[in-house]
Amino acid sequence: MSDITINNMSDQYFDVLKEIGNIGAGNATTALSQMLNTKVDMKVPQVRLMEFKEVGTTMGGEEQIVAGIYLVVEGDITGSIMFMQKKESARNMVSKLMGKELAGEDFTDMELSALKEIGNIITGAYLNSLSTLTNLTIYPSVPEICIDMAGAILSVPAIEFGTIADKLLLIKTEFTDDVDLSGYFILVPDEESYGKILHSLGF
Amino acid sequence: MNYYFGEERYGNKMPQIIKVGIADMNICYPPDTITTIGLGSCVGIAIRDVTTKVGGLVHIMLPDSTMVKSNQNLAKFADTGIKELVLKLESLGCSRQHMVAKIAGGAQMFAFQNKTELTGIGAQNTEASKVALRGLGIPIIAEDVGANYGRTVIFNPENGAYEVRAVGKDIRTI
Repeated sequence: MSDITINNMSDQYFDVLKEIGNIGAGNATTALSQMLNTKVDMKVPQVRLMEFKEVGTTMGGEEQIVAGIYLVVEGDITGSIMFMQKKESARNMVSKLMGKELAGEDFTDMELSALKEIGNIITGAYLNSLSTLTNLTIYPSVPEICIDMAGAILSVPAIEFGTIADKLLLIKTEFTDDVDLSGYFILVPDEESYGKILHSLGF
Repeated sequence: MNYYFGEERYGNKMPQIIKVGIADMNICYPPDTITTIGLGSCVGIAIRDVTTKVGGLVHIMLPDSTMVKSNQNLAKFADTGIKELVLKLESLGCSRQHMVAKIAGGAQMFAFQNKTELTGIGAQNTEASKVALRGLGIPIIAEDVGANYGRTVIFNPENGAYEVRAVGKDIRTI
């Protein structure tokens, strides 16, 4: 059934994956907007097949300090999803959620926990819509958070993908509220999951 | 018209910083330096011939090329990547007896990574790198590995300095 591999993906398949990113991130952005009670816009998703050595550059610099919330996905679709934003943006988001200015440079445990929960809710919204659309079962893991260089954080899904391919396919959607929030949703399905997603939609 | 004094000194060329990506490698001659940014669970292995002062850096992301089916990219794995770098240095007139290595990276970025099949991939990468270097008879003279943070490294083949930078930490030269 999985005759679709990342080496024979047509433009049409890319468009379908882009649409999946659009729907998923659309729901996630709505959830985020409701939670923070502010307007959040999203950009047109990008589907990129990239060499590992390019991976770090996808987030505006490998040394950019970012907060990555990472969930492993199991079920019919396997892979991982990451919700990633610049550290400043993450601080603003937590500050909005908790209704107070954050003291100090680093996150407290409570603030980290809040950030994890934001990640949990919005990646949940992303995966829910993906599951509904494709009628496939998706179980996300407990979220984990890491605040570090973008290159180091993105190497984690890259390593998972590295065991099966020499390139990484990711579905990336950027969101922003034009003021102080901006970040990305990055969905990295395993190679065999592409076939499953596309087949479930009639390809 | 050329106003760069530095270019004359270095044979018409300013010192460059050569960049190595994930699953990538390169060679470096003084006065250039070589860097790789954002080592997470990956390991950056810097090898240098102390007599010719030619160095190289490989950024590996997986421990063992025989365990996975897509293994065309030699620089992706500790076993093949380190060997390839050593062969390349040898082809440039370096000798294995004069080579020394420094390694950095091999962190565990996310707490739950050990629950997946890739058990502690950072530790595995570190161990595989050590095994590969030992197999080639190249001593490891310094290391900065493990923990849970990312590292950026800059290697200078002139003096063998291996600079390790991490977020919120002082620069460390090993």
